[in-house]
Amino acid sequence: MALKQVSPTDEFIKGLWRENPVFIQVLGMCPALAVSNTAINALAMGLATTFVLLMAGLSVSLLRNFIPREARIVSYICIIATFVTCVDYAIMAISIELHRALGAFIALIVVNCLILGRSEAFASKHNPGRAMLDALGMGVGFTVALFFIGVLREILGSGTLFGVDMFPDGFQTWTVMVLPSGGFFAMAMWLLVVNWIRQREANAEKEGDDRAGEVAS
Amino acid sequence: MARLYKHLEIGSSPHVTDGASTDIIMRNVFLALLPVTAFAVYAFGTGAALVIVVATASCVLTEHWLCRWTGKPSTVGDWSVAITGLLYGLILPPDLPLWMVFMGGVFGVAVAKFLFGGLGMNAFNPALVGRAFLQAAFPQPMTHWQLPFAEGRFEDIPSSVLATPFWEPTYDAVTTATPLALMKFEGQFAGSRELMGGLTSGSVGETCGVLILLGGIYLVARNMMNWRIPASIFLTVAAMTWVFQLYDPVTYPGPVFMLFSGGLMLGAVFMATDMVASPITNAGCWLYGLLIGVLVVVIRFWGGMPEGVMYAILLANAVSPHIDNLIQPRVFGTGRGAR
Amino acid sequence: MNAPAPIEQKRTSAWSMYRSIVGIGAFCALLIVTVFEATAERIADNKARFLSNAVAEVLPASRSTAEVTLDADGALVAAAEPADLPVFLGYGAEGELVGAVITAQGMGYADNIRILYAYSFERQAIVGFKVLESKETPGLGDKVEIEPHFLANFEALDARLNEDGTALANAIVTVKEGEKTEPWQLDGITGATITSDAIGAILHQGSSAWLPVLERDGRLFQPALSVEE
Repeated sequence: MALKQVSPTDEFIKGLWRENPVFIQVLGMCPALAVSNTAINALAMGLATTFVLLMAGLSVSLLRNFIPREARIVSYICIIATFVTCVDYAIMAISIELHRALGAFIALIVVNCLILGRSEAFASKHNPGRAMLDALGMGVGFTVALFFIGVLREILGSGTLFGVDMFPDGFQTWTVMVLPSGGFFAMAMWLLVVNWIRQREANAEKEGDDRAGEVAS
Repeated sequence: MARLYKHLEIGSSPHVTDGASTDIIMRNVFLALLPVTAFAVYAFGTGAALVIVVATASCVLTEHWLCRWTGKPSTVGDWSVAITGLLYGLILPPDLPLWMVFMGGVFGVAVAKFLFGGLGMNAFNPALVGRAFLQAAFPQPMTHWQLPFAEGRFEDIPSSVLATPFWEPTYDAVTTATPLALMKFEGQFAGSRELMGGLTSGSVGETCGVLILLGGIYLVARNMMNWRIPASIFLTVAAMTWVFQLYDPVTYPGPVFMLFSGGLMLGAVFMATDMVASPITNAGCWLYGLLIGVLVVVIRFWGGMPEGVMYAILLANAVSPHIDNLIQPRVFGTGRGAR
Repeated sequence: MNAPAPIEQKRTSAWSMYRSIVGIGAFCALLIVTVFEATAERIADNKARFLSNAVAEVLPASRSTAEVTLDADGALVAAAEPADLPVFLGYGAEGELVGAVITAQGMGYADNIRILYAYSFERQAIVGFKVLESKETPGLGDKVEIEPHFLANFEALDARLNEDGTALANAIVTVKEGEKTEPWQLDGITGATITSDAIGAILHQGSSAWLPVLERDGRLFQPALSVEE
């Protein structure tokens, strides 16, 4: 990994699209499906995860020479759990209602494989600056993906967006979208869109290559 | 792949064919369903007729569009998707808004059939998946029941049926509770004559148990349906109910009530016997029916919802490949001791 | 690293492992304690405000409240510390008793439902109701929080005690939608039968436990009034 020189902006950008944690890597599905029933819940969960990602990335990167290989997982989990606990208190201090809505899923950020994955695969091998950029990119990508799912589910499932009515009276809400199974439906719809765009991109690239090949020959 | 749809051979060896192709079987299923459909339209009027027509059309059109879109020859001609659509229409409430009927049909065929690879590949019964989707998405309209044999059912179309797409339906017709809801929430048991003769409320085509049974007997007589599946379901449900009724006759209804109420008759005869989603061996069919029967009784007696046939069959569909795995016919020429 | 790696990894000494785990543990503990200390006051404030908002919602006439509990002899005393299912007496602007607010919980369709409701001594009826926590099915079970005809039950739900004041005169019970005939019956919700039945059962259970004591001792109780707002 050290061989390839990646520019700092690329380190940030890759989490948004090319390596989007939800739509491409399909990581951290538990919060992505469970707490995305409204846009505000999705946003809050995304931001909390982003904060934990950033802090865990920074700490792991700073301590990367101090933590021996054998004790790395326990150290990472300990660091992640600490910041999750901090976020838990912070959200309670901001709003009890929000804390009630997110429920047990704040504590479950600890086992979000995205965070441990980035700590293990990236932060432990890079300097703090790059680790932070990577974490920020992944966090923003995660938040945006959750937000997209949340918007779709809230509009269809409750007929509202951020609690504001989107339709005139009498709109038939799709109860299923608010239920956990609706998370899978919304996720599948977005995956369909994302994969369709990616395939178009890939086809365009291939055509471009073919044409370049023809010119060369 | 393109020619695969023409041949449907389901059954354990030996594979001796009698020339019955998919479309001949399906045409016979259609014949068997005709009396049920006619009775449904007679009992519930124009609303039910519209629901059945739109349900069938939505399934057929979805399959046709998807085939065209993916560049395959249209498989509509083998009648199987038309049967799916008809069955799907028969398990919906008679005053369901047509836009919901259409949506469920598209969902059932596209997600449960086409995404799995079309006829012969579907793990679940598409008609039931369409209904399950509607049940989860729109629970209120899906538990709204019209009174059978209402006055003026042939002249007026219920206002809810023609509701604007994506808007809530308004109801003007007299509504009622199904026999199963009455059993679950009120502790009342409907009489067996009302249940068998189709005088109760319920989904479009599930009310008249006798006609459904006649259709089933016709198919069995023409050797186009595995009679072991419905037989196993009936026996299991009847036996379990009988035991519970002996134990507490006030809380639990009798076997006749359980067999002829709700969607059990229609589900057991026409849904559970879906050739693709049910097990292949005869022993497997008995086991599969047993599983459905137990699930139906458990959901009806102790579940949150009054009716459980749909979920019971879908769950059993999911298990049926494992049943096939478990029960494999002995290879010809090898004895029990042979390895 | 699929090929047998020639890297002879140096064995990490036990000391460096202890050092890192204990060091990280100490750092993390310190961080948590700091954040906890920094937010504790606001969290306590938030929780108190959430509860007092809820109390004000179900018993709008109250200006101040006093949490009460039972002592070992079953007599009503001021609560020393907040209970899990707190019960309050509410007092008006002149310090007169306007009602009691009771927290109760029980099993619903999906999970425990926790509710808060107000009892009026004057009318001997339940006059306010709010769901604090529920995981009921959206669109069906959670209708008990919004359905107008269900909430109309709590304009005055009869909760009189029997003649010796030991139990409710009539059991609070949920009936089928549109079949309410008595003032102590709850008009249920079609499609949310189990949840509305559960609300009736929770109300009955909470009231049976608390109303006899509150009726006996509540009016005589001398509150150390904690005026809020």
